Amino acid sequence: MTISEPKPLEEILGMLQGQDKVFLVGCSDCATVVQVGGEDQLKEMAGKLAESGKTVTGMLIAEPGCHLLGLRKEFRAHRQEIDSADAMLIMSCGTGAQTAAQATDKPVHAATNTLFLGCVERFGQFREYCSACGNCTLEQTGYICSVTRCSKGLQNGPCGGTTPEGKCEVNPETDCGWLLIYNKLKEQGTLESLEPYAEPKEAFVHPGQRTLSREGKEE
Amino acid sequence: MSLRPVLQSDTFVVTSEVGPPKGVAMDHVLEEAKLLKPLVHGINVTDIQAAAMRVGSMATCHLIKDLSAEPVLQMVCRDRNRLALQSDLLSAWILGIENVLCLTGDHPTLGDHKGAKPVYDLDSVQLLKVAKGLNEGHDMMGNELEGKPDFCLGAVVTPGGNPVEMQIMKLKKKVEAGAEFIQTQAVYDVNEFAAFMDKVSHIKAPILAGIVLLKSAGMARYMNKNVAGVFVPDELIKRMAAAGEADKAAKAEGKKGDSQVKTSIEIAAELIRGLKPFCRGVHLMPLGWGHHVPKVLEAAGL
Repeated sequence: MTISEPKPLEEILGMLQGQDKVFLVGCSDCATVVQVGGEDQLKEMAGKLAESGKTVTGMLIAEPGCHLLGLRKEFRAHRQEIDSADAMLIMSCGTGAQTAAQATDKPVHAATNTLFLGCVERFGQFREYCSACGNCTLEQTGYICSVTRCSKGLQNGPCGGTTPEGKCEVNPETDCGWLLIYNKLKEQGTLESLEPYAEPKEAFVHPGQRTLSREGKEE
Repeated sequence: MSLRPVLQSDTFVVTSEVGPPKGVAMDHVLEEAKLLKPLVHGINVTDIQAAAMRVGSMATCHLIKDLSAEPVLQMVCRDRNRLALQSDLLSAWILGIENVLCLTGDHPTLGDHKGAKPVYDLDSVQLLKVAKGLNEGHDMMGNELEGKPDFCLGAVVTPGGNPVEMQIMKLKKKVEAGAEFIQTQAVYDVNEFAAFMDKVSHIKAPILAGIVLLKSAGMARYMNKNVAGVFVPDELIKRMAAAGEADKAAKAEGKKGDSQVKTSIEIAAELIRGLKPFCRGVHLMPLGWGHHVPKVLEAAGL
């Protein structure tokens, strides 16, 4: 799940300067669960924009906002409302905002800051587990990601910054990722899986924008 | 002389540490290096220590080499990717720098440019392995080098790490990757250090125990609270506190007290004498009190 948070209203209004008619786009997937681009948030935004003298020409909760062909289709179904708008405000994630920019000629503005890929721990609580590094080594680290859970993304063990409470010296709220890995493997009796030298990850195998084509691939 | 022959001899090894300035006034750090030169086998130069922007380790090491002293270049993984790390290692060698201590590096959020992008493209074990590869005449991709360095490589360990087994596991990897010597985080308890040395008897690289000069009871308490893996026992804190009181009383009488300095030197010398039977040397981290190092070593009988 892509975890985002709303940008401050002042920043959004700043982006919408001179664009008084606005079409809102939310997303039925992540942004709805994360509560930045679901029905309630779109209605709330419409109210705030109206208070600020803007006209909301319409709104749409894309299913989902990161599906280019689907989004084009949904935009076509809302053509009139979109045509009459000066700009579109995208209330999903960075991918959603850029997918929308691909799907329309209207100016688009992102209403959120996208933070990380996360798991929903409970209602309104999200936690990052995977950094999408493209080089998964979870099998060696007890399914606790050293790239994500260690503040420095270390691969061969902890730095000297594990506090006596088992936290990371970077942030006393954060568990030391390597201590979690160590304890898990110790409990499982498989500490030896940490002994081999871990090679540096290939960070730049996908220069710039990463793509994946599964055409012609066997399922 | 490079650190390597000293490490391979029976000599009790003594290294110390200087920190480059924030700004270009180098006189203080070079004075400290001149003072240390006849007393120590190597002078570590920190690499943007505590992630607070300052003059670089390589340039400072080069100036120290010009004084005919033996610099140890500290190199952290925080600020450079694998290209820059390898290139800087080669650059250091052509500037006459023969010893390199490879570390992870404090996170930028602990420093004075908190929004800096942390790199950590390699970790300290990988950096050691890559540096050893340069010694063998190839870069980390296996490309042959035209002329190769011959670095004496070092690594660090935190004996007070919790759990220490996790530290030892990584230490073993560091030595297998190429570390020829080990300098430890600050040690204040001889018995605990002796127990640690028992646990690392399988590690063949010489271990130099870290000595940080206590400047005050407040500093000791600060370290206990904020520096992971460092623990100053109450007894030492009490001695520093009493010395602090004596200095305060002297100040009230218009005199400049030296009780804290004296006690600090006394404690460091006691520690060195106590640790000496258990390790191959000591690494002093005077944190700006480099001018007191000669007295520490004298009091320790070194």
